[in-house]
Amino acid sequence: MADGRSDDARHWQRIIGLWVVTSAVADCLYYFLAGPHIPPGTMSNTADGAQFDFNVLIIAALPVILAVWIYMGYAIVNWRASREGPEPVGGPRARSNVPIQTTWIVFTTVLVMFLFGFGTYELVQPGGAGGGEGPSPIWTPASHDVLPIQVIGQQWKWTYRYPTFGGFETTDLVVPDNTAVAFHVTSLDVIHDFWVYQLGVKADANPGQDNVAYTTPQQLGSFVVRCDELCGLWHGAMYDYGKVVTPAQFQAWATSTERQLAANTKFLPPFAWTYTPDANGADGGLYPDNEDPYSPVEIYGAKQPGEPLPSTKK
Amino acid sequence: MPKAGRLATTLALLIAVIGGVVFAISNLTWQPTTVAFTAGPGQPVNVTLQTVGAYGSGIHPTWVSYMLRTPDGRWEHTTMWQVPAHTRVNVTIYQYDSGSPLRNQQIGMVQGTIGGVATLNGKTFSVINANVGNGVGHTFSMPSLGINVPLYGNNANANLCSAAPCTTASPNNVIRFSFWSPGPGTYPWQCFVPCALGFLYGNGGPMQTVGWMDGFMKVVA
Repeated sequence: MADGRSDDARHWQRIIGLWVVTSAVADCLYYFLAGPHIPPGTMSNTADGAQFDFNVLIIAALPVILAVWIYMGYAIVNWRASREGPEPVGGPRARSNVPIQTTWIVFTTVLVMFLFGFGTYELVQPGGAGGGEGPSPIWTPASHDVLPIQVIGQQWKWTYRYPTFGGFETTDLVVPDNTAVAFHVTSLDVIHDFWVYQLGVKADANPGQDNVAYTTPQQLGSFVVRCDELCGLWHGAMYDYGKVVTPAQFQAWATSTERQLAANTKFLPPFAWTYTPDANGADGGLYPDNEDPYSPVEIYGAKQPGEPLPSTKK
Repeated sequence: MPKAGRLATTLALLIAVIGGVVFAISNLTWQPTTVAFTAGPGQPVNVTLQTVGAYGSGIHPTWVSYMLRTPDGRWEHTTMWQVPAHTRVNVTIYQYDSGSPLRNQQIGMVQGTIGGVATLNGKTFSVINANVGNGVGHTFSMPSLGINVPLYGNNANANLCSAAPCTTASPNNVIRFSFWSPGPGTYPWQCFVPCALGFLYGNGGPMQTVGWMDGFMKVVA
């Protein structure tokens, strides 16, 4: 019996030693080689957060995977039935091993509870995690200087209204670097989904709903906007490109675009959180949804279409 | 049941199943004809379309539709056409349908055309206020190229054409514009006005069917 315990201790020392070393190596290799390249990148604080979360999950998962593989491999090599030996018939250790089971249950329970707590914290940190938070967001950015951009989905394209720049509507999505942005996502017809992969933003576009998602871009460059909700014949063609520019470039673009589109902006409906399309088929009137009136003046200090062009953002 | 009766029933069922499969496959694989336009070096291609409020015949006589005129002058019920790459495309659209306010006035703007303008019955315009007059009936839009042209509606009380192909004897608006074809590829185009009368929010039926209010422009080298 004493020999059996000694054998057990030796096996466990080997298994645990192998597991600790390979886990440390695998985690380090992953963190330094793959970690910086894990989607969705670091173009915004929300994308950065998502990348960090993925990395934590994978670093936590790798030792678990390795524990299973190493134990299985070790068992196959050391405890397999030999050709000359008797058929394995099991025994007390095959039926139950309380220390192993207890260790496994405690270890995985602690890990899962940690991931639950970690994931919840990451979800509710200031500004949320880039997901749509509905019309009354709980997790708002720490910054009070938030740029609102309304995202309007319709079959099959996205348009964007900038309420703090006279409410102009354009097919170009341009956002400033290092500025908190509030995407107010809605739809004029069916359900779409506003997915800006590189910015780590994803929010359903529901008709009659204002779904708010926050992000703060932190790198200049271009990104892709896709619809991620099957929405009809050309759902697959419902994508376009946006870009992150410097605040000065954004200011210049916004004021210039406001001026260029002024001839059409004056015909747009008053800015509203949501719009109620006429349900009579071919009659296409678009009206602000009176159930949720919007005052960009009160909330963002915006002017209304038709007022003089601003020289600067509020 | 006598043996002959069972045999006849089995054969009838078999024929019905085979017929159903053939019908389904032929419908699923059907697509409108692609009309090819060619041009000599440095020459433009001229594409002519029309919109009709109700096609008037076939399996969907009440559906709104685009039609395309072939180079030899025939009206074809298709929205698929092919042009050479990097060529000026001159588009003429005979708009025979009525109009309405737009669900999204953003598409009341002309965008992506040469000069950023189009002409309506010979008069240049860049924006249509859909809230006044006859409103906008349809648009010609190719989002991937940034092209959007609103088509001013006809007076709904006029005796509008209701059977394709329409002729200029019916009330119509003529919209012209030009754009440069891009490199080789397939580019979807569509009407952005939810104009499918009888469908919820106007978005079903012809708005979801290639050959009616959606189509492809194929660009070849």
